Amino acid sequence: MSTVSRSAAVRTARKPRPSGGRRGERRMAALLLSPTLLVLALVVGYPVLAGLRESLYARGNGLDADGFVVQGDKFVGLDNYTSIFHGDRADAFWNAFTNTTFFTVTTVALETVIGVGMALIMHQAFRGRAVVRASILVPWAIPTAISGLLWRWIFQADGAANAVLGHQVLWTADGFAAKIAVVIAEVWKTSPFIGLLVLAGLQMVPREVHEAAKVDGASALQRFGYVTLPLIKPALLVAVLFRMLDVLRMFDLPAVLVGVNQKSVETLTMLAWFEATNLRYGSAAAYATILFGYIALIAYLFVKLLGADIIGEARRSAKGAKR
Amino acid sequence: MKRALSYLGLAAVAVYCLAPFYWMVASALRRPQDQFDNSPVPSPVSTENFRAVFGGHNGFGRALLNSVIVAGTTTVLTLVVGVFTAYALARLEFRFKNAVLGLVIATTMFPGVSQLVPLLKLFTDIGWINTYQAMVVPSLGFALPLSVWLLTAFFRQLPFELEQAAMVDGCTRGQAFRKIIVPLAAPGVFTTAILTFIAAWNEFLIALSMVNRKEMQTATVAISKFTGVSGFDQPFGTQMAAGAVVTVPLIAVVLVFQRRIVAGLTAGGVK
Amino acid sequence: MRRTITAGAVTCLALAALTACGGGGDGKAKAPSGALDGRGPITFVTGKDRSGNLQKQIDGWNSAHPKEQVRVVELPDEPNDQRQQMIQNAQTKSDAYGVLNLDVVWTAEFAANRWLTPLPKDQIDLSKMLPATVTTGEYREKLYAVPSTSDAGMLYYRKDLLDKAGISAAPKTYAEMWADCDKVKALPEGKGVDCYFTEVNKTESLTISAVEAVAAQGGSLLDASGKPAVNTPQVKAGIQFLADARKDHMPKEAVTLDTEGGRRYFQGGKLLFQRQWPYQYALAGKSDGSSKVAGKFAVAPLPGPNGPGVANLGGHNLAISAFAKNKATAFDFIKYLTGEQAQRANLLATSQAPTVASLYDDPALAKQFPYLPVLKQAITTAKPRPVVVKYGDVTAAIQGSVYDAVNGRTSVDQAVTDLQGKLTTLTAAQ
Repeated sequence: MSTVSRSAAVRTARKPRPSGGRRGERRMAALLLSPTLLVLALVVGYPVLAGLRESLYARGNGLDADGFVVQGDKFVGLDNYTSIFHGDRADAFWNAFTNTTFFTVTTVALETVIGVGMALIMHQAFRGRAVVRASILVPWAIPTAISGLLWRWIFQADGAANAVLGHQVLWTADGFAAKIAVVIAEVWKTSPFIGLLVLAGLQMVPREVHEAAKVDGASALQRFGYVTLPLIKPALLVAVLFRMLDVLRMFDLPAVLVGVNQKSVETLTMLAWFEATNLRYGSAAAYATILFGYIALIAYLFVKLLGADIIGEARRSAKGAKR
Repeated sequence: MKRALSYLGLAAVAVYCLAPFYWMVASALRRPQDQFDNSPVPSPVSTENFRAVFGGHNGFGRALLNSVIVAGTTTVLTLVVGVFTAYALARLEFRFKNAVLGLVIATTMFPGVSQLVPLLKLFTDIGWINTYQAMVVPSLGFALPLSVWLLTAFFRQLPFELEQAAMVDGCTRGQAFRKIIVPLAAPGVFTTAILTFIAAWNEFLIALSMVNRKEMQTATVAISKFTGVSGFDQPFGTQMAAGAVVTVPLIAVVLVFQRRIVAGLTAGGVK
Repeated sequence: MRRTITAGAVTCLALAALTACGGGGDGKAKAPSGALDGRGPITFVTGKDRSGNLQKQIDGWNSAHPKEQVRVVELPDEPNDQRQQMIQNAQTKSDAYGVLNLDVVWTAEFAANRWLTPLPKDQIDLSKMLPATVTTGEYREKLYAVPSTSDAGMLYYRKDLLDKAGISAAPKTYAEMWADCDKVKALPEGKGVDCYFTEVNKTESLTISAVEAVAAQGGSLLDASGKPAVNTPQVKAGIQFLADARKDHMPKEAVTLDTEGGRRYFQGGKLLFQRQWPYQYALAGKSDGSSKVAGKFAVAPLPGPNGPGVANLGGHNLAISAFAKNKATAFDFIKYLTGEQAQRANLLATSQAPTVASLYDDPALAKQFPYLPVLKQAITTAKPRPVVVKYGDVTAAIQGSVYDAVNGRTSVDQAVTDLQGKLTTLTAAQ
């Protein structure tokens, strides 16, 4: 059975549904969805709304005659947003924006290639798969703060990296090498995430599909491109999408590996963090909101351009429901 | 030939993942006075760093237990809630499906640092400070979006006709789900569980802020409190030992369970 | 159906947001009160007990005060994380935190935000303490925190190499230091030894290095009234010193070395002169093989342009959270922990510098800690880092400008002009 006829079969099979009624189905959907939405509303929704409100206020500005910080919030409208794009802060913002984008593009591209490669190797393996599959979890399982320290240690001027290279690179000083150090550590840590999910996707591809393609005389490359890839695409796209969302908010790793306030590795989240630690919660919330906008845009484009199946099919069936 | 290539590939993957980890274990096994050594094999080998992890006032054993409780509860809850939600998104027909998916993923687009203070205020007000739920509920919220999306993708990847056939054969929707979908999606569900557990296991910021009693702290928080003997002295060896201690059991558990779970669940399937 | 759920969730959220934003005085949150009253159990919020000595002292207190027990709330090792946790606690106005162990540079910020309880100077005897340390606990002439430990930089030097080169005393001026370097480098043993190191990586340490270099020239980043005074010949000379030292006298990897990195470098025998904290003394003197310079080094006051230099002041102070319960107990506990007896025990257990002056002159202690006279001298003449409410911003600005100048990315003139501008904005409201 080829994929085309398979999905055609799915579509035709869907028409004559066993009865039960759309109404019941909708009620059930609501029931099944509500716990998730409730938790998200509490844990994320509420703080985000509080943050949005905060971003329109300023506080703790100026000292009174006795040297105390003037208390109370002041509504400042969009000042927290506009001031990000003025003077020195604009430079810092665009620098962090560039860094964030650079890290996202480089690490996600590398992780995807390495992760898919890992998954294919493990899927092909005859024996030893279980052990290797558990061992690829190691980088992902080490707490970020610890792996940051580990890499900081490896990248010291007299550390293992320079010993292996036989050449002294100042990885942990503010500069281009620091960017590379962050990319290496991040890719190491997170490519297993993609590898693991793609492997799970591969394992769920029924063996017959592969064998059928083999019988059809497709080459290994063709089988990957035309059979395997489309089938694992949903899992792969979700994995890549969530990696992007994560790395766009990257904070811990550069902070531990190189340090805060370092131009070459400062990300947008680090800017928000700096504002928050210096008690400008309104300004921190404004950065967070701008970052949210940027991430939402990227996620939207990603889903649109690559047609992440998950949304595509949802749309199709939603249309079906309206009909 | 093919077999050899495959082993070569596996070896490459293992080396890529384990070389830095080896360095971590090697650093942990050096004597504190050799900490700054660069030799590939620690010599002499010393367990002093590992003893320091569990020694003294660290309360590290208790912290590990707390981590197991928090991460375990989070994983179970995430899977239960996530599987139902994902089933609804993958199989049921209703409007605003995109909106729901969009809403769910949108919650992962805010930097975590900005959620901390409002949550802390909330949990202080409702008396959740120093409780497990103050750590579990936020971790659940952070884990759900990925789990829901992944499980939806995995469920969707499975052919619908299998379930339909079962339903035509007289299974209820629930039975069809339990007997057909869950076993077939086992690799995906298991992988989601691992990822959720690891994420919850490594959570730091919330666990640090919501707890001020030592007997409630998790392992990552305990590690952050490791100190050297004096002011600036960094306990690198102890930190690396602690890193190994929190990582290795995780891997061992995965190793033991993955075969069983995956094998057990798929046995009931239609493969 | 879906719609109603969504609508419900949104309403829920909106309500939650409203109550959260409007609230403030409810729950466990307390309005700050200045009075030192109430007795009962308290908490002591601090980084981890390094030696077990703190627990001993607390056990001692607890057995003497069964109804006023002290519980330790441990914070992470990282100072930034400690400050973060304390600020979060203040944001929620929670009474979970009682006595706070504060870094000396946090006093102004915490006091100005009304997170600390003012302490009555007439109810605690501060006359036995080194005056420079007491100043770090004050904000606008009022006392908010009592110094419990101090810290100041000293010049570590390789006595064995100086002896070989026929130099009998540690250098007092920069010129002498550079001359000594040249002499040692001419020796066979001086091969591969770098001349000097003070921290120039972009962290708080760089602010400390800058403040010391500027103070040695007789300058200060802020003038007596707290206004920025960066564009002065003294400040320029100080930063120029750092830039020149980094270029001509420091190890190539100096910008990547933090405090521990510097210690490693010195202990590896690769450094002749080093500005470092007292904690290194015991570690570098260990004879278990971790230090190649055990028995080969000594300490001296920091050098300056024309005579002895000036150290910067570190250390910790104890304060009472404005939102704490049982402040009378808390105040007594602070007196207990900062008393001469407790500080002596702490010095013996942790080798942290005490703030009680007499301990430096104790012959038994001086025998065990030979650097005490040098340290006392350093603390007595030390200068603080800028005392400003927005310390986090100010130190980040200093680090940014000085780092660029030290690495030759901008000229020193440009750096001081930039810094003057940034600091003027940051301190404008004061």
